[in-house]
Amino acid sequence: MTAKLRIDDVQKSFGGKHDRKVVLDHVSLEVGEHEVVCLIGASGSGKSTLLRCINLLEPIDDGAIFLDGVDISEPGLDADPIRRRIGMVFQSYNLFPHMSVLENITLAPTKVLHHDKAEAREAALELLSRFSLADKAAAYPDQLSGGQQQRVAIVRALAMKPELMLLDEVTAALDPVLVGEVLNVIRDMRNEGMTMVLATHEMGFAREISDQVCFLKDGVVLESAPPDQLFTAPAHAETAEFLERVIASGRL
Amino acid sequence: MTEHDEGADNVSAPSRVPGQLTRREQWLRRRRRRSATVALASTALTFGIVIAVVTGSSGWPKVKALFFDPARFKDDFPELLGYLWVDVKLFLQCAPLIIIWGMVIALCRNTRNPVLFPLRVFAAVYTDFFRGVPVILTIYLIGFGIPKLKLIEGDVHFLGFGGAWNSPYLWGPIALVLAYSAYVAEVFRAGIESVHESQRAGARSLGLSQTQTLRHVVLPQAVRRVIPPLMNDFLSLQKDVALLSILGIVEVFRRATSIKDKTFNFTPLVAAAVIFLVLTIPETRLVDWYTNRQRKRTSGTVIT
Repeated sequence: MTAKLRIDDVQKSFGGKHDRKVVLDHVSLEVGEHEVVCLIGASGSGKSTLLRCINLLEPIDDGAIFLDGVDISEPGLDADPIRRRIGMVFQSYNLFPHMSVLENITLAPTKVLHHDKAEAREAALELLSRFSLADKAAAYPDQLSGGQQQRVAIVRALAMKPELMLLDEVTAALDPVLVGEVLNVIRDMRNEGMTMVLATHEMGFAREISDQVCFLKDGVVLESAPPDQLFTAPAHAETAEFLERVIASGRL
Repeated sequence: MTEHDEGADNVSAPSRVPGQLTRREQWLRRRRRRSATVALASTALTFGIVIAVVTGSSGWPKVKALFFDPARFKDDFPELLGYLWVDVKLFLQCAPLIIIWGMVIALCRNTRNPVLFPLRVFAAVYTDFFRGVPVILTIYLIGFGIPKLKLIEGDVHFLGFGGAWNSPYLWGPIALVLAYSAYVAEVFRAGIESVHESQRAGARSLGLSQTQTLRHVVLPQAVRRVIPPLMNDFLSLQKDVALLSILGIVEVFRRATSIKDKTFNFTPLVAAAVIFLVLTIPETRLVDWYTNRQRKRTSGTVIT
């Protein structure tokens, strides 16, 4: 059986000829259907870049990324039809401030999937009420709290019925009270069988929700294991050190 | 409500007595009154000094007779007002074309498609050229030069520009459109570049194409952002319409100068200035109103 998403020996660096900075160093990873994989690691370890590479927002230098066994990282491939199948949620929401919540959500279904306007509207309202945001349909993003904005961003991605969701530190900009409501939404998605890759600093949540946890350091996947194993008996000294630092900061 | 408040008496902070102003409201009112008085006094003083200096100068009686003749003003103002429509009409003909052409140039400059590279070069040269040449020269060269080419012989009527093919009513506005769209294109371009990269990432991640992202996400935000600076350009367009008088178009300014030439009195020019103000001030207020409304509609709290 082929994995839903397979990342094979991906390399990526930024910068010019002389000050090249390697962000992803021979990264390999497999995500099965309905699996949830958490990427943990310090800021700058390459978590976000990896997610952006999967969504083809960043081109990779070498290696390959397979979605359902098809190489989506082939240079020159039209990225739009692939991005349609992959939902992405960003740390800073990236909602469109000039559109109402409803318009934010129905934009892609109507313009990209050419759904009927009324139909897209109905589907959006249904999703919104599922995440108890029905009364916010007419509001503009700036009128919402951070937690509400992030939930709208998740709904916006879900409205495209993606086969895979990428969540890039979606709770990092939220205060602790609002983190909870967003994590609940992610739990819901998991329970419905969504395949997800998330970069997160919420270790407790990572442990609870994931099937597999990957620890990244300086662009290298140092350790990849089921959460119980990685959090209780890390195989790598650096993983243990990172977890200790996280525990010391009170985030586990 | 009042019954409820009685229990609040033993609280140390001053409680709100119904019908009376709070501490802060009283302070605000005192402050408002004080600043109003100060503003009034300083304005009166400033204007008093200016008026005293101007009217006290030795040349004032002559200037007053030449520029501020009430009888002339009463005669000339209504007549000039009759030409106001010419300025407004020229403006209304130019403005939409400038917006469209300016946007086309801005999009050309932003294009990343290698096939369209010549368009990028064209747009860059275009803006450099028309921003670098004085508007009045552009009007001269195009307004007098192109009709002289005699591309079409005879009086062919052309579009809605109210005149023949070689009429200044056609080439004057075209010259203004060419010059102003260079400025407007740069304003649009700045607006497009001011939209944060994360907005594009958000749109592209949903599967929107580059063109769709530009049309539905980037441009609406860019245009909204540049409306105030754009209005600045359009105010100056409204005034620069008067430059078309050098091609022989009779509008407010041209009419005022010909009255001046007949009567040797400058009052009609002052009247023309008043007319332009009557035209432009409401335009500014309209924009202020629009931007405020926009801000209130889309944002949570408005910081004034």
